[in-house]
Amino acid sequence: MTELSRIWRETEYRYNLIGFRCKNCGRTYFPPRDICPYCHRESIGKMEKVKLSGNGEILSYSIVHDSSPAFKREIPYVMALIKLDEGPSITAQVVDCNPDEVDIGRRVHMVFRKIREDGKNGIIEYGYKFRLD
Amino acid sequence: MLSDVYIIGAGETKYGELWNKSLRNLAVEAGLKAIEDAGIYSKDIDAIYGANGLAGTINEQENIGALIADFSGLSNEGIPAIRIEASTASGAAALREAYLSIKSGEYNVVVVGGVEKMTDLHGSDIVNKMSSILDREWEAFYGATPASMAAIIARKYMHDFNVEKEALAMIPVNDHNNASKNPDAQYRNKITVEQALNSTPVADPLNLMDCSPVSDGAAAVVLASEDYVKKNGKDGIRILSSAIAEDYLSVGSRESIYTFNSARLAAEKAFMRSGLKRDDISFIELHDSFSIYALIELEDLGFVEKGHAKDIVYNDIKLDGSLPVNPSGGLKAKGDPYGAVGIGQAVEAYIQLKEKAGERQVKGAKYALLHNMAGTGASSVVHILGI
Repeated sequence: MTELSRIWRETEYRYNLIGFRCKNCGRTYFPPRDICPYCHRESIGKMEKVKLSGNGEILSYSIVHDSSPAFKREIPYVMALIKLDEGPSITAQVVDCNPDEVDIGRRVHMVFRKIREDGKNGIIEYGYKFRLD
Repeated sequence: MLSDVYIIGAGETKYGELWNKSLRNLAVEAGLKAIEDAGIYSKDIDAIYGANGLAGTINEQENIGALIADFSGLSNEGIPAIRIEASTASGAAALREAYLSIKSGEYNVVVVGGVEKMTDLHGSDIVNKMSSILDREWEAFYGATPASMAAIIARKYMHDFNVEKEALAMIPVNDHNNASKNPDAQYRNKITVEQALNSTPVADPLNLMDCSPVSDGAAAVVLASEDYVKKNGKDGIRILSSAIAEDYLSVGSRESIYTFNSARLAAEKAFMRSGLKRDDISFIELHDSFSIYALIELEDLGFVEKGHAKDIVYNDIKLDGSLPVNPSGGLKAKGDPYGAVGIGQAVEAYIQLKEKAGERQVKGAKYALLHNMAGTGASSVVHILGI
């Protein structure tokens, strides 16, 4: 069973879609990172938290038919790479739709959802998914 | 003093669902075959490098270096043995470390092996463990699997370059055709394009036949210095160059999702260091854990322009084509035991360059290019071998 702290320490980012912006070059990143891969040491101490809008478009996607135990009940589900309006691409599920409706270029927005259960006795883990606009 | 590096012996287990063999059984079997093939003894071995991807999670066994050395009967000699881990590129990463250790003049003879025992976990549990090759917290956490990330890449690639699914299917068709001639391969049945296209969906647009299987297997080679080869009258093939490069861990962090920068950089360095050109290469062993990867790799390794792999997958890549790909059967049909793959590619190159490949022999093979990749392209290792 996973220790709570492993999930707890990421909740801020996962619940609210908080990314990081490099104050040196202005690029925005998600998931959070401490160093900008373009500015290197110039970015140290200059990465600031930024709330992302959760709006973006589908860069590409897959309809998943085989997965880990935690996601078996959701099969078939849509896994997508979503290009957020602020720049970064994010790996997430697209939900509340028929997989046939999903397409490259479709606009989506972030929703807060249950992601998985850590077995029968573990905690329920939450985070972001996306819906078609 | 810098030394040239030779492969003087090679061996591998059969790849497949080997229920009666354990992690250590497989490692020892491949290692002994390579040692016997090289005609060396325990007193000759300076070090052992063991490649493995996931034994910690699948088999709940770490300390792989010691395990392999111990059960190979080498504990009394105190021979250094360490494990190298670079996900699905562990094999070639270990081969490279072994190569460097001899090239530098530190060692004369090194045994480098790769092993993966994947069928010890059931069904969807193995999919979960295999997803460790992704970013666990920001990809796999949300339900991404290796197949789904490959499928996301495939859909975008097919969309942007107007590529039919049939072009992807040519990869498993070619792999199975070649594997039918390889006694060590997991799947020796030939398949048709229709069978590939109509196989069970795994992660749409990828089907079962686009995806490498879950495999057990091990492979090993013996590397030796030029000095050792000359003094002992050994007959080997030469590692002309070795290169490794990294890219972002996640597909989503990369500027282009269908460009493997790690493969581009590693290939550039490997060609520069070998002094060879693409035209000199007799055959390639690619990391085609998913059919789409083979197309992208052919492009990023520099054999065809971006978006144009579809022009060569129908004919050129065949065993008797102008650029044979995966004479071994590749990851799809020879099999994909993670940590063993990169070493298994070297075993194939050794067999081919010594013209001992029988029915699957690439005629007049002089130079081989091997590409072993980690995750969804996070690391690439390229080796060029020659006679």
